[in-house]
Amino acid sequence: MNRSPVLEVKNLTVKFGPDNPVVDTIGFEVHAGETFAIVGESGSGKSITALSVLRLLPVNASVNADEINLNGVDLLRKAEYELCKIRGRRVALIFQDPMSSLNPVMTVGEQIAEVLKLHFSMTKQAIRQRVIELLTRVEIPEPEKRVGEYPHQLSGGQRQRVMIAIALAGEPDLLIADEPTTALDVTIQAQILALLKAIQNKTGMALWLISHDLALVSTMADRIAVMQNGKIVETGRSASIFQNPTHPYTRKLLDALPSMDSCLGHKREQKPPLLKIDDFKVYYPIRKGIFKRVVGHVRAVDGVGFEIEHGKTLALVGESGCGKTTLGKALLNLIPAYSGRVVMDGIELHKLTGEALRRKRADIQIVFQDPFSSMNPRMLVSEIIDEGIRALYPKVGAVDRYARVVELLERVDLPPDSAHRYPHEFSGGQRQRICIARALAVQPKMIVCDEPTSALDASVQAQIIELLKDLQKEQGVSYLFITHDLGVVAEIADEVAVMYRGKIVEHGEVEQVLLNPKNTYTRELLAAVPRLQNKDV
Amino acid sequence: MIQYIIRRILYAFPLLLGVNILTFVLFFVVNSPEDMARMQLGHKHVTEQAVENWKQQRGYHLPLLWNAEASGTSKITETIFFQKSAGLFWFDFGISDSDRRNIGADIKQRMWPSLAVALPTLLLGLITNICVALLMVLFRRSYLEFGGIVLCVVLMSVSSLFYIIGGQFFIGKVLKLVPISGYDGGFQALKFIVLPIVIGVISGIGSGARWYRTLFLEEVEKDYVRTARAKGLSETQVLFRHVLKNAMIPILTGVVVVLPLLFMGSLIMESFFSIPGLGSYTIDAINSQDFAIVRSMVFLGSVLYIVGLLLTDISYTLVDPRVRLS
Amino acid sequence: MVVLWTDALIFVLLLGMIVLSVYMLRNPRMSRPLRQIGTSKTGMVSLTVLLFFVAVGLLDSMHFHSKDSNEIVSVLDQWLSPIRLHGEKTYSAPFAAHLFGKELMVLEDGSPVWAYPRLQYGGAHLDDPESELFYDVLMKASIGFIKSAIPAAIVLVLLVQRLRRRQNALISQASVKAVAWTVFWIVTVCGTLLELSSYYHVLGTDKVGEDVLYQAIKSIRTGLVIGTLTTLIMLPLAIVFGILAGFFRGWVDDTIQYLYTTLNSIPSVLLIAASILVVQVYMAKNEEQFTSLIVRADMRLLFLCIILGVTNWTGLCRMLRAETLKLREMEYVQAASALGVRRRIILFRHILPNVMHIVLISVVLDFSSLVLAEAVLSYINIGVDPTTHSWGNMINGARLEMAREPVVWWSLAASFLFMFTLVLAANLFADSVRDAFDPRRMG
Repeated sequence: MNRSPVLEVKNLTVKFGPDNPVVDTIGFEVHAGETFAIVGESGSGKSITALSVLRLLPVNASVNADEINLNGVDLLRKAEYELCKIRGRRVALIFQDPMSSLNPVMTVGEQIAEVLKLHFSMTKQAIRQRVIELLTRVEIPEPEKRVGEYPHQLSGGQRQRVMIAIALAGEPDLLIADEPTTALDVTIQAQILALLKAIQNKTGMALWLISHDLALVSTMADRIAVMQNGKIVETGRSASIFQNPTHPYTRKLLDALPSMDSCLGHKREQKPPLLKIDDFKVYYPIRKGIFKRVVGHVRAVDGVGFEIEHGKTLALVGESGCGKTTLGKALLNLIPAYSGRVVMDGIELHKLTGEALRRKRADIQIVFQDPFSSMNPRMLVSEIIDEGIRALYPKVGAVDRYARVVELLERVDLPPDSAHRYPHEFSGGQRQRICIARALAVQPKMIVCDEPTSALDASVQAQIIELLKDLQKEQGVSYLFITHDLGVVAEIADEVAVMYRGKIVEHGEVEQVLLNPKNTYTRELLAAVPRLQNKDV
Repeated sequence: MIQYIIRRILYAFPLLLGVNILTFVLFFVVNSPEDMARMQLGHKHVTEQAVENWKQQRGYHLPLLWNAEASGTSKITETIFFQKSAGLFWFDFGISDSDRRNIGADIKQRMWPSLAVALPTLLLGLITNICVALLMVLFRRSYLEFGGIVLCVVLMSVSSLFYIIGGQFFIGKVLKLVPISGYDGGFQALKFIVLPIVIGVISGIGSGARWYRTLFLEEVEKDYVRTARAKGLSETQVLFRHVLKNAMIPILTGVVVVLPLLFMGSLIMESFFSIPGLGSYTIDAINSQDFAIVRSMVFLGSVLYIVGLLLTDISYTLVDPRVRLS
Repeated sequence: MVVLWTDALIFVLLLGMIVLSVYMLRNPRMSRPLRQIGTSKTGMVSLTVLLFFVAVGLLDSMHFHSKDSNEIVSVLDQWLSPIRLHGEKTYSAPFAAHLFGKELMVLEDGSPVWAYPRLQYGGAHLDDPESELFYDVLMKASIGFIKSAIPAAIVLVLLVQRLRRRQNALISQASVKAVAWTVFWIVTVCGTLLELSSYYHVLGTDKVGEDVLYQAIKSIRTGLVIGTLTTLIMLPLAIVFGILAGFFRGWVDDTIQYLYTTLNSIPSVLLIAASILVVQVYMAKNEEQFTSLIVRADMRLLFLCIILGVTNWTGLCRMLRAETLKLREMEYVQAASALGVRRRIILFRHILPNVMHIVLISVVLDFSSLVLAEAVLSYINIGVDPTTHSWGNMINGARLEMAREPVVWWSLAASFLFMFTLVLAANLFADSVRDAFDPRRMG
């Protein structure tokens, strides 16, 4: 590693207008053949750094640096048309969401070929050959067929492979990957990361990885820089950072990582059962023909059964499309169920309709994944929280309601004057607390938590999980915790059910499922989860 | 796809029936067949007999909606409503009330002048608006864009009547380049349609270019544009190869929906420029209260509108690979 | 005091606008978009111009029986009496002292001569128009300018000083200056025109000798009424149908879609023509209720607005339906369902407030297109009554005059100028409203 660096950045500062700089005097190097990672939480400025190196930021950004040197070429002094020759050819970029990053009306083959046409002079046949070669290299099955397909016809993982193919087409010296797997399922994530590593080993190109996921970074990177609020607070070799973090922020990030071991030492008390579901099905009709007759069904949830006890947490785990969110919403009758029994405290919920159903809503509540869209932006926080009280306990007067709102805000560790503000004035974690307060307001026996921490940073996630656990101890509320993140499951769950294609494939106590899985799919899932590579080098 | 089309055609029937009923009601709430007869015959010295004859000849002697005197299904069929409406469904428009001409033949003859003006206006306008909008987007955040926006707002704020009158005055009268109004058959028509087309295009630039600019700007913000730039494409290349392709989807579908209606012609243009098209045909019929023509034109207009909606949905599937008709 | 139907509705609308403005100014959620409009100079200047037009329209909407002639006149008519009553025989050019066409006149000595007769009122105070006209016009214009500029300047400077001391959160200093200049120019132009109008026909006279400037000013009310009352009628229909169709789907949605597709397929010209005929028949059959020409014309204007409203609700309805379909799937609506909130309350608390920005933008955009539409409708004789002053009627009358030699251009120019100013101001204001309320920028 004594070669001169492929990319050298010195004192880079990026500002938008007169506000504080988004990226503040940072410097780093990326060498050929190595994987360099920048880690940080959302808003730390890592993506902006990547875009600013290639001058892809909007016109109102001011980018200043002493040097941005790519293999001896100073990118700062280059004119726009010269940069166009460098982008895609010497440096390639892949982004987070492959669905929106690909042009929906151009075929996959055309989009890859575009890079070839731009930077090389090749004949049509040669281009077509090369496109198929590239698709094969990124391990896409049936590449000849895929060439003529459109992005929406491919799966998420395949689309990201296409993005990698586009990046490789230019034969770049440096590949920048900005959160390349955040939008993908954990098993696919493992495959994509392995692919990137393999390509790097073969071509010897430099890989600059950007991520918020420390565990993932620990499996991939040789050197790491930790970024906070636009500044790099720590740089070093990956092993030394993880074993001996020097900066308090790095330590904070490491502590916040949920680890599988937290499920050890879990108490197993027996409590009376609260909710029991039996052969629960949610089917969507497929209609075909002139008169839209029902010809079949999409089986989103296909005969699921389990029990949840008072004050306990059942974690429902699975990848995207397995039906876990559908199950959660159908339990609350937000989506109609096709068949099945739902019994809570002796009452058959699925038989209730109309007014009786409405009254029963107080018993099960829900907290959604996206703290931004789960609250009406035009309502005050106090109105949001007491909405349920107004609907289900209309006899409670305004004064009592307000008192309860303040009480709830304090319970979720928010200041009482939050009641007079609007949701957009709060951060993601704070908004999620408000949603939890909203759910608690009607004194539910059970809360369905639908990926409540997936949209939050790791440190905030840890706080929310703590809050949920405290509330459970205090109030005895049960949780159906839906998630794809196995680390979080270890922290919070008593029991785990693994879901795959609408059915539950494994169900048991948390230690048993996580440390001793019986089902093949569960084992696959667990193997794919990136774990902190602490001891190994 | 075929099933989708069949389903839409089936849905069209209740729509057309509703349109028919509405037209019928609107017309006959205002006039009774007597009033129509008197108006057509002129108001001087009209005898009862003449009115009766007029009504008999045209089938208006029957009751409006319900024939109590007839028997069985004739109760419905021997009425003005049924007689006048049923034929429409197989495009038999009948005879006009005022001058006893075959409506269908008139329509066939008059639709060509309408098309001759409307179609070039649409196509030229489309091209002009897209070019202006592209220019404005290419020179984003510069004075050229600012000037363009100001120009568009100003052009939009001027009434189309002024464009027509001004155009007729300056080009026709002062500069004497083309005749002010009128029409002729065959290739002679060219000098008559130049002015309406030019004025039609100019009056549409303001709002059209602004709308397309909004569409383009929406696309430019999207992620795939960022990917295209990262590949090394220049701004112009990005605009033409990526943004334009995606923005053409809403543009094209917006154009397709009006295509069938071009046959009907623009009422205003045809009036001002004395073009003997279907638009002026309709206006004259409304003014002379000729129910036969009015109901035919309304029916035709509805059919064309429904066809336009259907074409829009179909064009979506052709242009946007993500859309498949359910 | 005579209250016409349209007058009553205008004042109801005015009340509604005031209530809405007060609500918006008080609501902290609105402060960001309002501030954005406040800092936009274009927005504030166009708003000022619009408010000026509205003021003229309001003055023209307070009617009473005139003492002298027992006709129904408005406050504006009283104020503009000199212009209103100084009718000539026929055409005359702007600032002219003679009629436009030659006539057979008899001289003092009895011999007939074919010459341009002097006007009765325009330039009547001049002895020798050829030499005196130009300087007289300049003089009167300067007097008028000074008479209005001085008081205006004093009042405005004082106001600006006061506002500078009270830093208003909503309007920026630059906008205040721009607005002050706008008001200054409007007041001085009006003052000059009024001064000149006592002596001349500033924009000439039309075929029946009526002052063109007077006609153009009177037409403001017609344009405003059509732009605003139509919206009053269109909004409830569009909002109710759009939201219900989007929220309940199923047969409710199918019925409403059927309704607006049917309405849309019928050419609006036909609907409007038929409805105008209905009104005419109704008025013919109930003579007693319509005592005077003004009342009849007013009824027709009212019905035109109703018809335009009924034919125009489909566009907004479709947009609201699409937005409601999206909102329905938002998680906070699902959360409200989970909390047991009744459906009608969900409609009011969650759906309605979140579509209002579309309604606002649509209303402001439609205003200008309605004003333009009136002109076209009047041309094909299904617009307002020919006795009502409107720009459409002015154009209609003037169109034929373009063929004469020499050309009579002033009616057309006047209506063009006024209509263009109003529509341009409305479009510019609509733009700044739309930029401010664009949901992509909302928090």
